[in-house]
Amino acid sequence: MECRHELKATMKDPKRCLEDAADLYSYAYDASFGIFQPDLVLQPMSTEETAAIVKIANIHRVPLYPRGRGTSLSGGPLAVHGGVVLDFSLWDQKLEIHPDDMIAIVSPGVLTGSIDTAAGKHGLMYPPDPSSAHVSTIGGNLAENSGGPRGLKYGVTKDYVIGLEVVTPEGEVIRTGGKTVKNVTGYDLTKLIVGSEGTLGIVTEAILKLIPKPVATKTALVPFKDLVDSGKAISKILTSGILPSKMEIMDQSSLLAVEEYEPLGLPIHAEAVLLLELDGHPEAIAQEMEVVEKVCLDAGAEEVKVARDAIEERELWKARKLVSPAIVKIKPTKISEDATVPRSKIPEMFRRLKIIRDTYGVHLVVFGHAGDGNLHPNIIADQRDAEEMRRVEEAVGEIFKAAVELGGTLSGEHGIGVMKSPFMEMEVGKEGLDMMHRIKRAWDPNNVLNPGKIFPEPGQRLVLSNE
Amino acid sequence: MSSTMDYTTSLAYDETFACVQCGYCLPSCPTYITMKKESHSPRGRINLVKMAAEGKISIDDLAGPMELCLGCRACEPACPTNVQYGKILESALSTVSAYRKEYETVKQKTIKKVLFHHVFPKRNVLGFIGSGLHWYQSWHLDDLVKKLNLTRVLPESMREMEAIMPEVLSGKRKEETTAVKEGETRFKVAFFTGCVMDTFFRKVNDLSMKLLTASGCEVHFIEEQTCCGALHQHSGERDKAKELAMANIEAFEQLDVDFVVNSIGGCGAAMVEYHHLFEPEDAWYDRAKQFALKSKDISTILHQVDLPFKEGAPLNVAYQPSCHLTNVQRVVDEPQELISKIPGVKFLPYPDMNMCCGSAGIYNLVHYEESMEILDMKMKNISSVHPDVILTSNPGCHLQMLLGVKREGLEGKVRVMHLVELLAESCNIQ
Repeated sequence: MECRHELKATMKDPKRCLEDAADLYSYAYDASFGIFQPDLVLQPMSTEETAAIVKIANIHRVPLYPRGRGTSLSGGPLAVHGGVVLDFSLWDQKLEIHPDDMIAIVSPGVLTGSIDTAAGKHGLMYPPDPSSAHVSTIGGNLAENSGGPRGLKYGVTKDYVIGLEVVTPEGEVIRTGGKTVKNVTGYDLTKLIVGSEGTLGIVTEAILKLIPKPVATKTALVPFKDLVDSGKAISKILTSGILPSKMEIMDQSSLLAVEEYEPLGLPIHAEAVLLLELDGHPEAIAQEMEVVEKVCLDAGAEEVKVARDAIEERELWKARKLVSPAIVKIKPTKISEDATVPRSKIPEMFRRLKIIRDTYGVHLVVFGHAGDGNLHPNIIADQRDAEEMRRVEEAVGEIFKAAVELGGTLSGEHGIGVMKSPFMEMEVGKEGLDMMHRIKRAWDPNNVLNPGKIFPEPGQRLVLSNE
Repeated sequence: MSSTMDYTTSLAYDETFACVQCGYCLPSCPTYITMKKESHSPRGRINLVKMAAEGKISIDDLAGPMELCLGCRACEPACPTNVQYGKILESALSTVSAYRKEYETVKQKTIKKVLFHHVFPKRNVLGFIGSGLHWYQSWHLDDLVKKLNLTRVLPESMREMEAIMPEVLSGKRKEETTAVKEGETRFKVAFFTGCVMDTFFRKVNDLSMKLLTASGCEVHFIEEQTCCGALHQHSGERDKAKELAMANIEAFEQLDVDFVVNSIGGCGAAMVEYHHLFEPEDAWYDRAKQFALKSKDISTILHQVDLPFKEGAPLNVAYQPSCHLTNVQRVVDEPQELISKIPGVKFLPYPDMNMCCGSAGIYNLVHYEESMEILDMKMKNISSVHPDVILTSNPGCHLQMLLGVKREGLEGKVRVMHLVELLAESCNIQ
């Protein structure tokens, strides 16, 4: 990299240039698969620094990979073609809440959870709540258009972004959108940038919409003997006029794993369990819960266990929280997918997943955000077992295929990254992908920003090993 | 440099696969927060151990990030997949230590031997050395620590430490100096004094035994006990740690007691994990496990008994929980509930209370600057609630808090005490 010195000179503090072997290997991974060592890691902390880096990189055709705290499950920040990883996690100084405008203005390294906490002090909330909210940066969430359990009622990250400051792939600084909720001026570049996985621009500031914080919540656990009934109950609840804030599902394998890991007295004979949360005014949600109870029982639920207080509420959610530690007890490698289907197709998706599990002989458990069809089929394997990993790769491919065939999508909240790009054409079609490619080429003619993501490279296939 | 070692076996390579690299440990790690990069995070360190085992990086590359880990293990409770970070860290430190030994000079070896084999394990030697950290300088141990590559022991750290050293009580502890309650007792306990603790904070040990007696326990002191071995283990001297563990297990097996009680978060943590030093097939494993199960922090015992509290004056109290008490022994609620029981006391939680203070064994001596950054962060949080007293549960934290109070200019305004000292004071026990 002949422009190494020029790039390093952009950092005001030389401490924010990392190039030791230990450091380069420390920015070579995220929470997905694959190890790709960058040539250099820079930790920019201002728009000026970022723009200067991008200008140099664009002239010298050096790939840049923006990165938050590396919690990505799709390989978003991996340096697949070498070059420079830009670690934005130190740039967390700006977190302004403007309660009268109901907006937050933040720098890219701010933790997502911190925004909600800060908004909460003004009776407001920032709804997107990926499970990693306490770790992940807002910059990363914007890049991947993250979701979370509350997505059912409140939508995902892009539904709350109204304005951005962006460094373009040629190193210019632009602003999109603004501070108003209504804004129809020209093309909606804000929505284009959010979820573009760092391939079109680098977000250096975001203006986020906040909403009033609900005053109370109510939680219930509902076991079903028959998986299909649980799927029906999901639709019935929603059509009864009630929109829960969360509606999660755990299949029998998840229940068994958790119960074995820590006995909580879960109904392990059930084929599935729904965990749902209502939020709003206490009197309203009390009445709504009565409706939910009736609907669930009519749909074949065994019982509806409603938490009486905050402690019981935590107890009920504990089961969902323990799924991850419980399943990795079986085998260490966890491949977490986020294939998403239309709500009505959830039972059919479960059926297909069962077939995939048996066909490929993989350890598959399913849990996730049932309310919005965003399932998390998780395959538990051992990375060191090459033969098993090949079966897993095939099974994962089949999961994607099933989701798309049922009218769903490859990714509900994790993004495409390097993991799912080989399957893009299957979902959006040749022409669809070509339109996306044209946008990429127009924005980033030299393919400097996060190359190797979203768009498949010739002959690329899903790989889950590090060799 | 080539080495004769097989790193896939000396490093806890298999354990690294339990890490799914989700990053949930990042916010819990003090060095990630202060050093601001991934290689100083738990996830980063686990990955580096894996990379070293696979030969992708050298042990030299691994050494820095591992040695700058405080070993506070706050990442363990934060981990959703229960990665055994402690085991991975220890394997890395002993691998680094063994690797260095291959290239150590005779002089370096001698110096290290003096420190770990003849100073820490011997209560009488520590007692003799006595007054504060004078020994460090008078024995030219500071020079030696530098040569050992324990890195950057600055004269400043020595001066600072010496300034806050408490007065040391001299003389050898004997069985007859401790109280044993006659007749019907609540628990029969043996008391573990610890080496550094009994040198610098003997009073805390004395008060601990008196408190236990006052609350109806039969308390025994066993003379054959020795250093717990924690410092050795954390410095990669695993064999010596094992030897000390065996000596302690043997010593405490002499007497059939309900518990082996200590007032030292760090030593307690080493002792509740004594069985980790042995392979399960080893005959010592079961004995170590038995000992580990009996080892209890004093707060968990005092929490179960009635203490003879007197009337109290209003006092605002902040608590610095030792990392090893919180994250390894998982003793969290008992000390806080005990504090709240003291008449007149208002317990003040403060932001990031469970974050390490930066003391971490001898970390504050060998990595002075890094330690002070962590301490300053801690003091900022503690100061925000304006306490009259800062309570500690470990001698390392205690000294660090004294230093913190000094750095903040709070001397004379904020007292630093061991939890046991305040409990004793509230019971009129001297």
